[in-house]
Amino acid sequence: MTGIMDIVYAEYNYWIYVALMMIGFYAMIAKKNLVKKVIGANIFQTAIFLFYISLSDITGGTAPIIVHGDHAAEVIYTNPVPHVLILTAIVVAVSTTAVALALIIRIYDEYGSLDEDVILAARRNLQPEFSEYARQKEVDT
Amino acid sequence: MIWILDISLLLFLVICAVAAITIKDLLSAVVILSAYSLIMAIVWVEMQAVDVAFTEAAVGAGVTTVLFIAALARTDGRSED
Repeated sequence: MTGIMDIVYAEYNYWIYVALMMIGFYAMIAKKNLVKKVIGANIFQTAIFLFYISLSDITGGTAPIIVHGDHAAEVIYTNPVPHVLILTAIVVAVSTTAVALALIIRIYDEYGSLDEDVILAARRNLQPEFSEYARQKEVDT
Repeated sequence: MIWILDISLLLFLVICAVAAITIKDLLSAVVILSAYSLIMAIVWVEMQAVDVAFTEAAVGAGVTTVLFIAALARTDGRSED
């Protein structure tokens, strides 16, 4: 029993990362508003960054900036490789957000709404040959 | 790492994430997302990832919020869910 509680306490960063990831994933799937979906994607990405930075952290480690002097041999650094990966990933996250928002503006100009159901209904009305009803009728005949 | 500060910051992150996806007004959701990014930057300073922290504070909290607000200015700011 103490083993389980030790894991829960010692690895709390990972529990929070899983919780954040699931919150973002829920927003991406269940929310109907397109901006809410992008916010969910942002939260999902940040949760993955939290996972990587938690991996690189070492108890008692300092920031990976080189130390000179007498005690230079005793200094423990945190792992800088995940930091570099995440620096790149942050920039990619901003770029994907910018593209998603540009598409959202274009969709709003076209359909006048950001609600997924309204957009899908408008698409069915614009292109009746692709609607579910027409496809079913084609199967029947 | 001060564990009580760390746990309170991480819990605040979860609260911010839940608030950002449940609130109806989209501008409020974007501002809460910006606060979430800043808290994340503080968590990263605490984890000795200073380079990631100031990139997140500038790009994640700054540029992303500006992009969202610019997009919301061209669309409507209300959400049904």
